[in-house]
Amino acid sequence: MTATTPVTVSVNGEPRRIPAGLTLDRLVATLTSAPAGVAAALNESVVPRGQWPATPLGEGDRVEVLTAVQGG
Amino acid sequence: MPGSRAVHDGPGPAADPFTIAGTTFASRLIMGTGGAPSLEVLERSLLASGTELTTVAMRRVDPGVKGSVLGVLARNGIQVLPNTAGCFTAGEAVLTAKLAREALGTNWVKLEVVADERTLLPDPVGLLDAAEALVDDGFVVLPYTNDDPVLARRLEEVGCAAVMPLGSPIGSGLGIRNPHNFQLIVEQAGVPVILDAGAGTASDATLAMELGCAAVMLASAVTRAQEPVLMAGAMRHAVAAGRLARLAGRIPRRHHAEASSPTAGQAALDPERPAFPAG
Repeated sequence: MTATTPVTVSVNGEPRRIPAGLTLDRLVATLTSAPAGVAAALNESVVPRGQWPATPLGEGDRVEVLTAVQGG
Repeated sequence: MPGSRAVHDGPGPAADPFTIAGTTFASRLIMGTGGAPSLEVLERSLLASGTELTTVAMRRVDPGVKGSVLGVLARNGIQVLPNTAGCFTAGEAVLTAKLAREALGTNWVKLEVVADERTLLPDPVGLLDAAEALVDDGFVVLPYTNDDPVLARRLEEVGCAAVMPLGSPIGSGLGIRNPHNFQLIVEQAGVPVILDAGAGTASDATLAMELGCAAVMLASAVTRAQEPVLMAGAMRHAVAAGRLARLAGRIPRRHHAEASSPTAGQAALDPERPAFPAG
């Protein structure tokens, strides 16, 4: 396995170094193991859960991973 | 008297359904979940309130948080209503609604587009833009709006499933500051009108229903009460009482008294006799 060059992405507002091409499902798994109730936006667009494994991340990407909390 | 009954005994829940976008609820109290001291108190409060529809906010995943409001709602059969709290632009609100739909599997959204942190008042322009975009995208949109009859009409015209005017600013507990506007909104509305924000205690919820609101939405009044579970029960009864009073039709207000005992048949007594105090 060839080493990939790390890239910097923003994950919920925090900069993070990840291997280039890491897919969104792998990234979300580092934040939560919840099987449902979670949604992700990549650069201000919703990425449906089913497409996470096919969504590689690159330099400068902004990822927001949200869930429901007490509110309203 | 045995066998006697009122002409109308009043509707039970089945006879007086509250419907939003084809979904019928027995409870006319929509609860929020913000401000509760713990998930345990929240759950007991929701159960005491009898609510069947309850809001949540969408926020960043926090790996350190244990327990979830979603679990509380799911195990009690309460429909989740995501909000867009914290959004200041139509764009933020639309994206948040789409993320909520993806995360929670519901196309319902309580739409909030607020103007500033200090007042949390709705931004009417952004609100209407976001409402129209979300309706076009297939959402059931319940907008948190100003108590403005014209804006309420515009929101209904773009396809909102209800309108949710504020009684007073969020969390203020100032009640309904402009009851007349609520009457105007209710008179013209073809969709449910739901008091949203401002209720401080039970009488505020009752007044909303007496004014013709189809339902009441509240959170802080319960979750920040000294005894949230007690207040939740109070709100349940307050909403039901106000609804019954609305259906019953109140008496007109009068400047002077109107006797409720008959004048006919009254005895002609000498006002001076017997002497008072009687000996």
